Amino acid sequence: MKLDNLYKEEKKSAFAKLSEIIITMASRPSGLIGLSILLFHIILAFISPYVAPHDFKAIDPTLMLQAPSAEYWFGTDDLGRDVFTRTILGGRTALTITFFGSLIALLWGGLLGIFCGLVGGKIDDVVMRIVDAFLSIPWILAMLLIVSLLGTSTEVLIPALGFFYGKGIVRVARAATHDVIAKDFIVSAKARGHSNFSIIWNEIIPNVRDAILVEGAMRWSWMLLGFSSLSFLGFGVSPPTPDWGLMISNARGLMSFAYWAVIAPIVGLSSLIIGINLTADAFAKALGIDRSTKAPV
Amino acid sequence: MLFLIIKRILLGFITLFIVSIITFVGTEVLPGDACTTYLERQAFGEQLEACYRRLGLNVPAYERYISWALNAIQGDFGYSLSGEMPIKEVLGPRIKNSLVLASAAIFIGIPIALILGIITALWRDKLPDVAISTVTIFAMTIPEFISATLLILIIAIWLEWLPGIVIVPTDVSFLELLPNIILPVVAIAMIMTAHMARMVRSSVIQVMASEYVQMAILKGVPYWKMVFKHVLPNALLPAINVVALTIAWLLGGVVVTEVVFNYPGLGRLVIESISNRDLPTVQALAIILASIYVSINLLADLLTLMLNPRLKTLQIRK
Repeated sequence: MKLDNLYKEEKKSAFAKLSEIIITMASRPSGLIGLSILLFHIILAFISPYVAPHDFKAIDPTLMLQAPSAEYWFGTDDLGRDVFTRTILGGRTALTITFFGSLIALLWGGLLGIFCGLVGGKIDDVVMRIVDAFLSIPWILAMLLIVSLLGTSTEVLIPALGFFYGKGIVRVARAATHDVIAKDFIVSAKARGHSNFSIIWNEIIPNVRDAILVEGAMRWSWMLLGFSSLSFLGFGVSPPTPDWGLMISNARGLMSFAYWAVIAPIVGLSSLIIGINLTADAFAKALGIDRSTKAPV
Repeated sequence: MLFLIIKRILLGFITLFIVSIITFVGTEVLPGDACTTYLERQAFGEQLEACYRRLGLNVPAYERYISWALNAIQGDFGYSLSGEMPIKEVLGPRIKNSLVLASAAIFIGIPIALILGIITALWRDKLPDVAISTVTIFAMTIPEFISATLLILIIAIWLEWLPGIVIVPTDVSFLELLPNIILPVVAIAMIMTAHMARMVRSSVIQVMASEYVQMAILKGVPYWKMVFKHVLPNALLPAINVVALTIAWLLGGVVVTEVVFNYPGLGRLVIESISNRDLPTVQALAIILASIYVSINLLADLLTLMLNPRLKTLQIRK
């Protein structure tokens, strides 16, 4: 009976597994809300250039700081640009950069963590000390240094964010590896004379994958937070690119009489971050991992 | 036990050492050095040479690192470029201001987080839990600059209850600072409280499900006695470390919050010195912020060690 079950699980396609996980996630109200928000933002990011009613960089001094109207749904900003257009376009850069950044973080953080957990010894000690050191530099300072060092182009930001947010994943992957390393199947794989690479690929990765993926989903929302904070501080994407962080920081000074120019990007950014967070939470629960005891590192 | 503490402290120092190397290398490779920034257009020939000699930039990088590190240990971080002032003097009032902000947030945040966490855990999945948990998710996930901006918009602009932006000199006295810091403190405390409340909640839930609590219930220990005597002491212990990590993580959030409120603390100094390419100050800030992080974590580890009798015996046996 037990063997039968094992066999069945093995035969399930990746797609079937994924849809099963998504159905489990959507079965809780918070997971459903998170997934729908995230899906909405992803679809919006794809279609927004085609549905935007105005040009996002069209400056018109005669239309400065107009209140929301039928023509300009969310009003206009201090340069007369349409806030609605800029808001629906504002998530594209952030979503793209942080998504690929998270993938890079997952890859290098996960692999290094697994490697350290498996090898142990001196290499492990040295790597973990360096990871600890990077962890103790506040993220904002490190990101600011990287950005002022290398600039703020997409090609720089993706690997930079990926590198910086991967260090926490190293720890998680290493801890997850430690959990499985003493199990019989690893010991027997070693006894069979398998190489380290084969053990990592065939024995460890399938067992630590869930923990690392959940961690990566969480990183995504923190990376988004970090990225938009950078934009807000003026160290992120450069104007006139529509970006929520940048829009908020521009419109903030005038919000006593033009609050709409602040509210629209605030709703956009907050809903995306909440959506990713809820999705990550539901993802963790669907995979049976409790992430609520983790601190944001 | 003593060995373990010494080892832990030593590890903290090693971490700081690596941080110092990382920041030194990081600031070293920044395009343009102190002299080209400071002299701007006149950065060539004789004057540049003189500036290099004056700031000691004409010696190899590793020699500069050693002398910088030796001075930094004694609290001397050299001179800031913009103000031509010793960095120690620039930092002093800033550290004080940030400390006021952070400690106010911590003292308000921790008790509220404990109460909320315990309430949500004891009434798990009931109305109080659902309501509080929803609010904490919002407070926790929304970026600091958004919650701070919203606070200014609602409390300072629409309701006009408190000043929205801090306009005080850096070396302001504590009493003058007080009305100005309420909004920044609320902004920081909100996020921190939400994070900690969630951790306390899951920790309490875990302990409530453990066998000895079930045993206590079966033995007929009164509910509240069980909560206070059996559950809380065991639930709060693992929370200490996580709380420390949260506080450390908030160092970044404090930077953003200070910028939003124009608060004269360390955070604004970070932004100012990076914009001005004031590298000596950036190096000093990196080391100081990292030291705060390392010492908070060290403190949490030691506290956990001291409060957890199990860990003590475990180490002795080893």
